[in-house]
Amino acid sequence: MKIHEYQGKELLRQFGVATPRGIACFTLDEAVAAARTLGGSVWVVKAQIHAGGRGKGGGVKVAKSLDEVRAKARQILGMQLVTHQTGPAGQKVRRLLIEEGADIRKELYVGMVVDRQTQRVCLMASSEGGMDIEQVAANHPERIHKMFIDPAAGLNDADAQVLARSIGVPKTSVAQAAQLLQALYRCYEQTDASLAEINPLVVTADGRVVALDAKLNFDDNALFRHPEIVALRDLDEEDPLEIEASKHDLSYISLDGNIGCMVNGAGLAMATMDTIKLFGGEPANFLDVGGGASAEKVTAAFKIMLQNPKVRAILVNIFGGIMKCDTIAAGIVAAAREVKLAVPLVVRMKGTNEDIGRKILADSGLPIISADNMGQAAQRVVAAVKALQAKKKAPKPKPKPKPRQKARPKAKPAAKANVGRIPGARPEAKRSKGKKK
Amino acid sequence: MSILINRRSRVVTQGITGNTGQFHTRTSREYANGRECFVAGVNPKRAGENFEGIPIFGSVREARDRTGATVSVIYVPPAGAAAAIWEAVEADLDLAICITEGIPVRDMIALRDRMKRENRRTLLLGPNCPGVITPGELKIGIMPGHIHRKGRVGVVSRSGTLTYEAVAQLSELGIGQSTAVGIGGDPVNGLKHIDVLKLFNDDPDTDAVVMIGEIGGSDEETAARWAKEYMRKPVVGFIAGVTAPAGKRMGHAGAIISGGKGTAQEKLAVMEECGIRVTRNPAEMGRTLKSVLG
Repeated sequence: MKIHEYQGKELLRQFGVATPRGIACFTLDEAVAAARTLGGSVWVVKAQIHAGGRGKGGGVKVAKSLDEVRAKARQILGMQLVTHQTGPAGQKVRRLLIEEGADIRKELYVGMVVDRQTQRVCLMASSEGGMDIEQVAANHPERIHKMFIDPAAGLNDADAQVLARSIGVPKTSVAQAAQLLQALYRCYEQTDASLAEINPLVVTADGRVVALDAKLNFDDNALFRHPEIVALRDLDEEDPLEIEASKHDLSYISLDGNIGCMVNGAGLAMATMDTIKLFGGEPANFLDVGGGASAEKVTAAFKIMLQNPKVRAILVNIFGGIMKCDTIAAGIVAAAREVKLAVPLVVRMKGTNEDIGRKILADSGLPIISADNMGQAAQRVVAAVKALQAKKKAPKPKPKPKPRQKARPKAKPAAKANVGRIPGARPEAKRSKGKKK
Repeated sequence: MSILINRRSRVVTQGITGNTGQFHTRTSREYANGRECFVAGVNPKRAGENFEGIPIFGSVREARDRTGATVSVIYVPPAGAAAAIWEAVEADLDLAICITEGIPVRDMIALRDRMKRENRRTLLLGPNCPGVITPGELKIGIMPGHIHRKGRVGVVSRSGTLTYEAVAQLSELGIGQSTAVGIGGDPVNGLKHIDVLKLFNDDPDTDAVVMIGEIGGSDEETAARWAKEYMRKPVVGFIAGVTAPAGKRMGHAGAIISGGKGTAQEKLAVMEECGIRVTRNPAEMGRTLKSVLG
């Protein structure tokens, strides 16, 4: 789970990390009032969205009068802020942080993540603050200092000071920087963070060490013991489809393609996406229905996939182990009926009761395309999409009008007619007549 | 032979009184020698009772002392799962298999640290894994037993259903498995690809190995580099997540490309460099393995 910068700073302050004074606001009037409350003559107006790279995108501006605070806040509030982490559509700015300006002498970088190799928290620090740390890691790996923290002992004074010195903290500020690192680690550990990043960490002209930015992510698996963190969740920053999916205990991620996929198991779901791509298609989403998918869950999954207007066909790939294929098949049929499915649907089911499952699909009368293996399933769904696209482009061949596939058709017969003509992919309903399984 | 488990293993189920634990203990018990192998359950509040004839003890240690249990399988809910693993480790079992999904990383860091610091001998498989099966002998975990077939190919994977996929492909080609191991999808876990490869390398009844990975971390690369140097048996591989976007967690907590590291392309390239035959098509895992068998 991610939180905003101002929330991260609030948490850090609770653990003893120094930050500039600041006030979060939602309107222009609040922004001006905040600047007035903070006092001083220089303020920073900062867009609060969950993505990084806000400065480069124009989401962080300095103001030197209250009028300027209002002007800059007006520019930022409500804008679609595009950064390298938001995607081309950007993210709408709904919150601002108004902060006192800082007199910066030195900009540094500090970050923490779990290192899988050592199975410890890795503290990374660099003298190259304020920059894209991935660039620094690529171009000047020697400028990144790493320390793996002993989980039983924590970060001790000596180690923290060594690290502070290694990134060029002036002598008189080393003790303060070391304390900040220790506080940051306490915060990381006690809040079950999965990522903590302060970029930049600054040394001010008067020698203070201050966190000018704060990025904190949390381990979703530990949220059950952190209601105070859960309370910071901002649903506006999350994909509504992903939120909807999580309510049904589905793991869903939107992607850019047009083939919806529903799979059980994260690894198999990724592999299914890869196979679609391998055969020239583009997956529209990642969707793991998990181990115990019920008919309700399958229906919810279908609804979520179809809310994505780009979806032109759906591929279901289920390896039924605990979950039986007949249960899944019944769920698919019920879901297809309930959502009045109008895009081609390719189903590949394997495992327990797969024959019964196939029969349920075949007897449903729905235009479901069946496949024997993953490769075939991917080829068929890609062919289905291509057939639709070809149909769309081609001029009407004969004057006799036929039901045509619209962009998002609602009528069932149209879909049926289309699916029937996809090369190499005939509906299960017809196929099973000649061949008994 | 086989690796990790066989017909002589004796299994204690931690979390035997929960729905999941009961369901999978039942199906595991019905598989091959399961009836003789599943000897105990643990629940401090239900000691003295039994689950379908399997006696329930108050602690893992007691279960071990009374039944000779050598392996534990853990279905305890996430909040208490790390403590349950530790109980199995303290009882000095050979192997603890943790099926539980959703254990906080911090708990796993503390647990793994303690296991290493105290130099404990117990191996940990998982968490968030399907378990392990030695076909025809013993199944411990949640995989469907019937897709397996006794044979001489080892399988190791981070993902559950993708393991089943590989196993089913092998079985359909008439290629049986010595042992199939799911190491789980969490970032901090027990046995890694390299550890399982080492076991397969030393197992006289394994001729070749299918190694399946996914995006995130660098365990597959580490295993591949080791294999280049020491593996005496052919290894074939597949990595899931070529199409996965960076910075997005793909279901598994450990399946995330972060800081430009842990991409599928990178892993596949290293594996190929190290002499592992890889396929980009997961429907071809079985046939790829077949192609390297003499």
